Amino acid sequence: MAAMKVVVTVMPKTSVLDPQGAATAEAMKHSGLSGVGRVRVGKSIEIEFEDAPDRAKLEEIARDLLSNPVIEDFRIEG
Amino acid sequence: MKFAVIRFPGSNCDQDCVLAVRSFAGASAEFVWHKETSLNGFDAVILPGGFSYGDYLRCGAIARFSPIMAAVKEFAAAGRPVIGICNGFQILCEAGLLPGALVRNRGLHFLCEHVWLATGTRATAFTRAVPEGRVLRIPIAHGEGCYFADDETLARLRDEDRVLFRYCDADGRATPDANPNGSRENIAGICNEGRNVFGLMPHPERACHPELGSTDGRFLIQSLLNS
Repeated sequence: MAAMKVVVTVMPKTSVLDPQGAATAEAMKHSGLSGVGRVRVGKSIEIEFEDAPDRAKLEEIARDLLSNPVIEDFRIEG
Repeated sequence: MKFAVIRFPGSNCDQDCVLAVRSFAGASAEFVWHKETSLNGFDAVILPGGFSYGDYLRCGAIARFSPIMAAVKEFAAAGRPVIGICNGFQILCEAGLLPGALVRNRGLHFLCEHVWLATGTRATAFTRAVPEGRVLRIPIAHGEGCYFADDETLARLRDEDRVLFRYCDADGRATPDANPNGSRENIAGICNEGRNVFGLMPHPERACHPELGSTDGRFLIQSLLNS
């Protein structure tokens, strides 16, 4: 049983083309949802830990492995 | 000249690369498994195309942590030639050996087609044998081939003459219509500051035999052999 869960959310930077987000926005409009503005698609990574993780190491891994700073931003929650 | 063709789990253009290299007199090629840690005895390295580690997280994101990559970095730092093709280009960007990143194609579709390429510079060990003014016909096969870099990086690539190939029309014009995937400034291939690490999305190894419809890829390998 994991003692805690951390969620790392990775999103494309606003300056990077996100065709997936644009296509999803179009699909939502076609499905009848009004008022749809810009849509961006990112990813969410859930990590279970037995004990509280090493925050500095977690930050490093979020930056170097889970995201690519050239094209993405990330945030750590939990 | 002895080429190492690195095999990651999920590489699928490794055999094409070895066959292409071996078709040149004076060139040999061997597969090197990604868990190896040495590139001793090799004169050039190719990171082939494919879907290393299933493209999980991002293309090339996990492969860049493979044991062989420390040796590839040392090899590159020693000024020796490294070529990344397609997934290999993505891995070189993820590893920080080349600037920028490859993201999802503008049109979302996986593209598998022949494209035209204009040579941006012949002042590299990879392009010196390309005839001046020749527009190359080489295939692409990718879903994430849209080259992205910030304005500052793009300016540097231009100023330092590091854009080796741009997508263009049959007459060599790099127009927006000739850009298959939305790459910034139609960029198809770049090199590092030292000009010895080269990444490109098109597949020169698939254009090395007349049976495949084009032999323009041979200019790239020939360039290295001439150096």
